[in-house]
Amino acid sequence: MKTFALGGVHPEEAKVSAAKAVEILPLPQKVIVPLGQNLGAPSKALVKKGDEVKVGQLIATAEAFISSNIHSPVSGKVEKVDDYLDSTGYRRPAIFIDVIGDDWDSTIDTSKEIVSEISLSSTEIIQKMKDMGIVGLGGATFPSHVKLMLPDGKKAEYLIINGVECEPYLTSDHRLMLERGEEMMIGVRILMKGLQVQKALIGIEANKPDAIQALTSLVAHFPGIEVHALKVQYPQGGEKQLIKALLNREVPSGKLPIEVGCVVNNVGTAFAVYEAIQKNKPLVERIVTVTGSNIQNPGNYLVRIGTPVRELLEKAGWNPETAGKIINGGPMMGKAVSSTDVPVVKGTSGILVFDQEESKRPNVQACIRCAKCVSVCPMGLEPYLIARASEIGMYEIAENEHAMDCMECGSCQYTCPSARPLLDHLRLGKNKVAHIIRTRKN
Amino acid sequence: MNRLTVSGSPHVHDVMSVKSVMWGVVISLIPAMMVSFWYFGLGAIFVTAVAIVSCLVFEYLIQKFLLKETPTITDGSAMITGILLAFNVPSSLPWWQIMIGSAVAIGIGKMSFGGLGKNPFNPALVGRVFLLISFPVDMTSWPTAIENRFVFFDAATGPTSLGVLKENLMAGETVPDIISKLPSYQEMFIGQMNGSLGEVSAFALLLGGIYMLYRKIITWHIPFSFVASAVIFSGILWMVNPAMYIDPMFHILAGGMLLGAIYMATDMVTSPMTPAGMLVFGVGCGLLTILIRVFGAYPEGVSFAILIMNAFVPLINRGFKPKRFGGK
Repeated sequence: MKTFALGGVHPEEAKVSAAKAVEILPLPQKVIVPLGQNLGAPSKALVKKGDEVKVGQLIATAEAFISSNIHSPVSGKVEKVDDYLDSTGYRRPAIFIDVIGDDWDSTIDTSKEIVSEISLSSTEIIQKMKDMGIVGLGGATFPSHVKLMLPDGKKAEYLIINGVECEPYLTSDHRLMLERGEEMMIGVRILMKGLQVQKALIGIEANKPDAIQALTSLVAHFPGIEVHALKVQYPQGGEKQLIKALLNREVPSGKLPIEVGCVVNNVGTAFAVYEAIQKNKPLVERIVTVTGSNIQNPGNYLVRIGTPVRELLEKAGWNPETAGKIINGGPMMGKAVSSTDVPVVKGTSGILVFDQEESKRPNVQACIRCAKCVSVCPMGLEPYLIARASEIGMYEIAENEHAMDCMECGSCQYTCPSARPLLDHLRLGKNKVAHIIRTRKN
Repeated sequence: MNRLTVSGSPHVHDVMSVKSVMWGVVISLIPAMMVSFWYFGLGAIFVTAVAIVSCLVFEYLIQKFLLKETPTITDGSAMITGILLAFNVPSSLPWWQIMIGSAVAIGIGKMSFGGLGKNPFNPALVGRVFLLISFPVDMTSWPTAIENRFVFFDAATGPTSLGVLKENLMAGETVPDIISKLPSYQEMFIGQMNGSLGEVSAFALLLGGIYMLYRKIITWHIPFSFVASAVIFSGILWMVNPAMYIDPMFHILAGGMLLGAIYMATDMVTSPMTPAGMLVFGVGCGLLTILIRVFGAYPEGVSFAILIMNAFVPLINRGFKPKRFGGK
């Protein structure tokens, strides 16, 4: 079975919520809609205190090239436009909305009926994706329409659809493929049309046989789309690793997938594209997995953007007394949050709650030069060396050792027998190196 | 609600720890240890016990009173040094020499560089070579197997197979004449020959090596390239002149070749960080071993070969980088 060639680890999969059908989370009383939900520039608010909004109404607009529109996920009254404390503890601007009823914008088709005829042209598709605020839902939240606007002279050959979900615990993509497979496949066809490619490859790890089967049974109706089962190996969901696994092509260091003729999108994004193009529905909700040792009923929920994490935790039955860590995302790359007030955003694929004992890091010991970090690094770096160089401030060495190639997958730190905080140091080093490179250019 | 922990990803960790790695090595050493107890009896048990206790005590004392840090002797690394030092000496070695060897291994070989993970040379080999140079007679008196099981003082001794070979070649005999004076390959494979405690049984060492490979404590690169290069080099010599040079099989089974290739050269701390580097390191060890055995003054060259290659590790790490994803 296919997988990527270099490094990788296989943490315990712990996908306990895989069999739980997606439930609709009841509307919260208040939502906090951050203005910076995408990679790139934050959006500019179009509403002010006291404004009444409907579900799907445009409330913030993209001003920069790499930016994205934001639509109201609920109907109600804007309480204020103010700073909120984001998941990493920084103050960021957001729109606070008091929820009143559930009144959808009249242009949105909220019926269950599946629309398979794709009537828009390539440029119309790209424009509409931009209008509807579609961003990459795999976690990176890169504005999706920008991915389809290829640089001059570049031509895409393959659309790669990421259904890998290599993060342990998370099952939101898995459930989506099972429950909304047909719509998702139409979304893939739309992306193919937008990108003007004839071939799309969907990569799914072998621990989701039901999803592989469900999508494979649909491919007959969708010409040009292939479904590929992949050997379970983290971080296969990294786009460079996924392209390597599916096509055996290597994206050169520092370059984007288009360099090897590929554009990668997540299955969740493909579904959001379907809803945006066929149903006129902006990105106002997404599937979130709630799981972890602290959660009584792990499950998958359809959640409006802006819903405070607390609502999800209460619904899934968490125990605040024993909770030690709340993670936005999976255990390998997710971010620990400092408060349950933080909202679900477009990039939230899961909320993971660990009990206190599991939340502690193991004791750090001396590096025994076992080279395990070197052997698991999917980018072929020497994590121990870059981490050490960063630790002692020798950033030239970090740069020469290609610190900027690191994608922060965490395989090195996960595997380190001495439990050294390799990725902490790597992040610091990358930050400094990026700064040095910018300074040099100016 | 209690306070939440906020830390960078990843939030999960593999079960492997320094302790599990080190104790994995200790477990893998058990077959060879059992063989040494069987063949060399009380002497082997005594030497092993003194070496382990001395290494632990010296590490504890140095950490507590010289470095003034919390002793970490339970991590298993000092115990491994003790066992490997015992594996590299004869079963009749006086207790005070074992203690001196342990002090040198732990003190000079490991702690003077800053302790676990920071030493450039394999500590047990530093101790062994120090003893070999300081006490050449005691270090090359090999009690004969089985008959000395219950004897510690004044044991009947005999030379190792490598010693027999070297001595008789120097006396002008040819290899075909000498072979009759050597143990058979079958005896050598099981371990019925004179030698250091842990080196005699190829079978037990291979068993331990397979266990370490299975537990992913070592990779195949160093043992394979070590033995393969020794086989190729000694094989070429043997084909050129079989009267002067013995066959490669003898070189694998005799002396410390397998102990060195499986346990001493694979020491994580003192070996290279990349597969390519490990192959180069292993080839260097294999070539130097045969070079010393065949053309040097000592009958055995494994310890020196590994220590010399240990010194090259920083250079090897510089020169042999991993294959980078998307790199040129």
